[in-house]
Amino acid sequence: MTDLLEPRAIGADLVRRDGELKVRGTATYAYETPVEHPAYAHPVQATIARGRVTAMDTAAAEALDGVLAVLTPFNAERLAATDDAEYAVLQGQDVGFRGQLIGVVVAETSELAREVADGITVRYEELPHDAELSADRPDLYAPEQVNAGHETDTAEGDVAAAMAAAEVTLERTYSTAMYHNNPLEPHATTALWESAGDGFLTLWDSTQGVHPDRAAVCQVFGLEQEQVRVICPYVGGGFGSKGLPHANVMLTALAARALPGRPVKLALTRQQMFFLAGYRTPTIQRMQLAADSRGRLSAIAIDVVEQTSKVKEFAEQTGVPTRMMYASPNRRSTHRLAALDVPIPSWMRAPGECPGMFGPEVAMDELAEELGIDPIELRVRNEPDVDPETGKPWSSRNLVRCLREGAERFGWSGPRAHRDGDWLVGTGVASSVYPTMRQATSTANVRFEDGRYVAEIGAADLGTGAWTILPQITADALGVDVADVDVRIGDTRYPVASVAGGSSGTNTWGSALVVAAREFRTKFGADPRDGDEASGDVDQAGQDDTHSPYAFGAQFVEARVNADTGEIRVPRLLGVFGVGRVINPRTARSQLIGGMTMGLSMALHENSAWDPRLAQVANHDLAEYHITVNADVGAIEAHWIDEHDPYVNAMGSKGIGEIGIVGTAAAVVNAVHAATGVRVRHLPVTLDKLLTALP
Amino acid sequence: MKPFAYARPGDVVEAVRDVVAEPNAVFLAGGTNLVDHLRLGVARPDLVVDVRTLTSREVTGLPDGGLRLGAATTNSQVAADPRVRERYPVLAQALLAGATGQLRNMATTGGNPLQRTRCVYFSDVTTPCNKREPGSGCSAVGGYTRYHAVLGTPAALPDPHAPETCIATHPSDMAVALAALDAQVQVLGPDGERTIPFTELHRLPGDDPSRDTVLQHGELITAIDLPVLPAGTRSAYRKVRDRASYAFALVSVAAVVTPDGELRLALGGVAHKPWRATRAEEVLRGQQLTEDAVRAAITAELAAAQPQPGIDSGNGFKIPLVARTVLATVRGLLPEEQS
Repeated sequence: MTDLLEPRAIGADLVRRDGELKVRGTATYAYETPVEHPAYAHPVQATIARGRVTAMDTAAAEALDGVLAVLTPFNAERLAATDDAEYAVLQGQDVGFRGQLIGVVVAETSELAREVADGITVRYEELPHDAELSADRPDLYAPEQVNAGHETDTAEGDVAAAMAAAEVTLERTYSTAMYHNNPLEPHATTALWESAGDGFLTLWDSTQGVHPDRAAVCQVFGLEQEQVRVICPYVGGGFGSKGLPHANVMLTALAARALPGRPVKLALTRQQMFFLAGYRTPTIQRMQLAADSRGRLSAIAIDVVEQTSKVKEFAEQTGVPTRMMYASPNRRSTHRLAALDVPIPSWMRAPGECPGMFGPEVAMDELAEELGIDPIELRVRNEPDVDPETGKPWSSRNLVRCLREGAERFGWSGPRAHRDGDWLVGTGVASSVYPTMRQATSTANVRFEDGRYVAEIGAADLGTGAWTILPQITADALGVDVADVDVRIGDTRYPVASVAGGSSGTNTWGSALVVAAREFRTKFGADPRDGDEASGDVDQAGQDDTHSPYAFGAQFVEARVNADTGEIRVPRLLGVFGVGRVINPRTARSQLIGGMTMGLSMALHENSAWDPRLAQVANHDLAEYHITVNADVGAIEAHWIDEHDPYVNAMGSKGIGEIGIVGTAAAVVNAVHAATGVRVRHLPVTLDKLLTALP
Repeated sequence: MKPFAYARPGDVVEAVRDVVAEPNAVFLAGGTNLVDHLRLGVARPDLVVDVRTLTSREVTGLPDGGLRLGAATTNSQVAADPRVRERYPVLAQALLAGATGQLRNMATTGGNPLQRTRCVYFSDVTTPCNKREPGSGCSAVGGYTRYHAVLGTPAALPDPHAPETCIATHPSDMAVALAALDAQVQVLGPDGERTIPFTELHRLPGDDPSRDTVLQHGELITAIDLPVLPAGTRSAYRKVRDRASYAFALVSVAAVVTPDGELRLALGGVAHKPWRATRAEEVLRGQQLTEDAVRAAITAELAAAQPQPGIDSGNGFKIPLVARTVLATVRGLLPEEQS
């Protein structure tokens, strides 16, 4: 149990501190950092998926006026560490996926750099590639572990025996598409190596964590942490894709190293982001459920097949939420990967939980239908008393309250389907879940300066609200008015901070800030002098490991399907969440409805249409890769219950950045099924999948 | 971006002369498509001739009661014009179904019909495309065909290596309405002015998919005329797409019903050109316009349709979708007792 803060600033509906700067356009992003006399870099990308670069004709390019450098695998300097193949840019001639970086042109203008880069003739020795995922590939393998350190496979009891003995069973295969994170701000960097001495590197980089970014760059270039400064006050979205640097950061640093003293800018184009910035693997989920006639589960199992890149392994932990979501004596989860000649998958908002709550939550709806039980009631009947995975009690679990309150607010009772003129209308529900995580490393300073309290921590605000809520936490920990607290983030000059990922930022940085603030008060009392300073580490904060900490939620959808054309509209989307204490209702609501909108987008629109012949995403721009637009979003509501959790941290808060996207797609599928009778098990739900069932 | 010369001539005659004199020259109007193509390397002109201020920005009445849309009128302006909204709702609706407010404020009457296909392979200079690079082949066949043609194509799986293969669709909404309205295109070229029926402006790939229209190099659209329609004519545009806004049509339907029951029908998203459904119109000629008759007519129109296989099950769904959308659109235009 932790010593909970008395909430005063916590819970206040404060406006974003960075809001006005962003609205006025004066917040500076990585690419637009004002620097003296910048040069511009543009990458050269492989146009084959597998093979070797045998020659690159750069002579003409190098001779052009305004071209400052042309780097290729044949002339680029050798990096200190090349064990991470994603980061080993221009270190060899092998091509492992189409779009891989094989060169960079630096020029006086971005237009010239791009034209020259695009004009370089590359000769390849091309090999046949293998880029098509399927569940029956003979070469599927079990990775050593899956993302976030989870076990690859788990098993308890005997699922097969339970399936054979059960009154009702359900066995279905579901799939989610490939998705690309596509933050509004592309991956962009301004890099400057000092001309004097053995080099000091400054990176203005769009990142979800300046310190992890710096650590990776230091590793690759063989530098001490003190030789590199990463600055990133504002981020135009990341959704996981800026959680760790991608190859573009290393390429920019490499290009700038060729021009010491000259800042070099590189922003990926939207098209390039479909090759180089990570993505969510497509997943194939085979679900098995066994139940008695009252709906009590006797078995739940998920067998996941997904892809990774031969260049670097990333194993999405899709099966993980099934391990703890519902009570059942017999359980199994497995993950199998196909390693392909494809770009490298990575984190995308709620890796694991987001795709991994699609199959199970549609399957629960199918089972409810099979049993003739209301889907909310089915979930209530399978509510576990303790975490089925660990046997630990929950720090707090209010899924049932979320389902019940959501049902009340949404108007769930009554028939789930009706016709309204040309429209077939249906409703659906699904559960949400996300673990409450805290990272091991983060330090905060609190200082008294010119009559104000200043907190420093290298945290990141990628639109989440960190600029606004970290002062609220600090103010309550110090016992002062939030208006008297300034926070400085987004720079490696401030104490080390963990990545803004896994919905762990507020938990981690907030805990460090509370330790620092309490230390400050202990040392200096209520009447500090100018310059008084204290620091605190997250590992000094109380941590409970006897409970299982998760946030839960329930999402409700009304879907309308046009009886003539199959067009799908979602006029209502409502979520109720149990996320502990909400630090700031304004930024929290924004996070939750943002996640839900992204979930709607996953349900209806997003789909990286993979062309296995070329080994690339066919629709690789934002005109053709559809993201839900305003016109697709109707009434959207996020609510939260008043949840008290004394085990998670001193704020009593759980992470909220990702739970909103979890379960939405299943709720949409379930609503479309209610409306049309068609169960779309393979995302996205598009009109062509409904046409044949329309009247 | 490849460097190019930029010219801003004083009038249309000079503009035509400039383009004729340079084989690798293009006209620039609203630039909503061309500028993207300059960035992507899809268009690589040596000379860009800006005609934005040279043609008319007016919608004017014609002596016979029709309307003339100056080539430089914007899509927003035409969509908002009270005469267009009242007499040609199919056109106003088509315009508003296209792109976004920002793009419609830039895009012009002359430029909109000349926009290029949104075939993803056409836009990607690293892949073969007969339209972009004649003779290189067609990457779309057997690929991502969701937005590709089902009408006017020779086969369900044409030879991807043949130089004539192209299964692209024309992306304009406006053009589908203009095809149904029997609009006339006023053109100025090196040999003077000529008028082209809108339905003959665009062409099928034939043996040269690189050419979208019958315009010769240097020919400039100066206006588009809308012929007068009989009093009491009703019209509508229905666009079916993957999201509610800012998406190209999977299929679209422009329908015009005259008081004596004649149906003029054009389809979008299904062919290399805005597809005037002449076969369906023929079947209906002289018949009472009932739902059954329309169903039979569109079935006849689609008899030659060729579904293209491909990623995510290809585009065969378009064939029933066209029929359904035509029926729904025409149903909305029929007097109550007939529907």
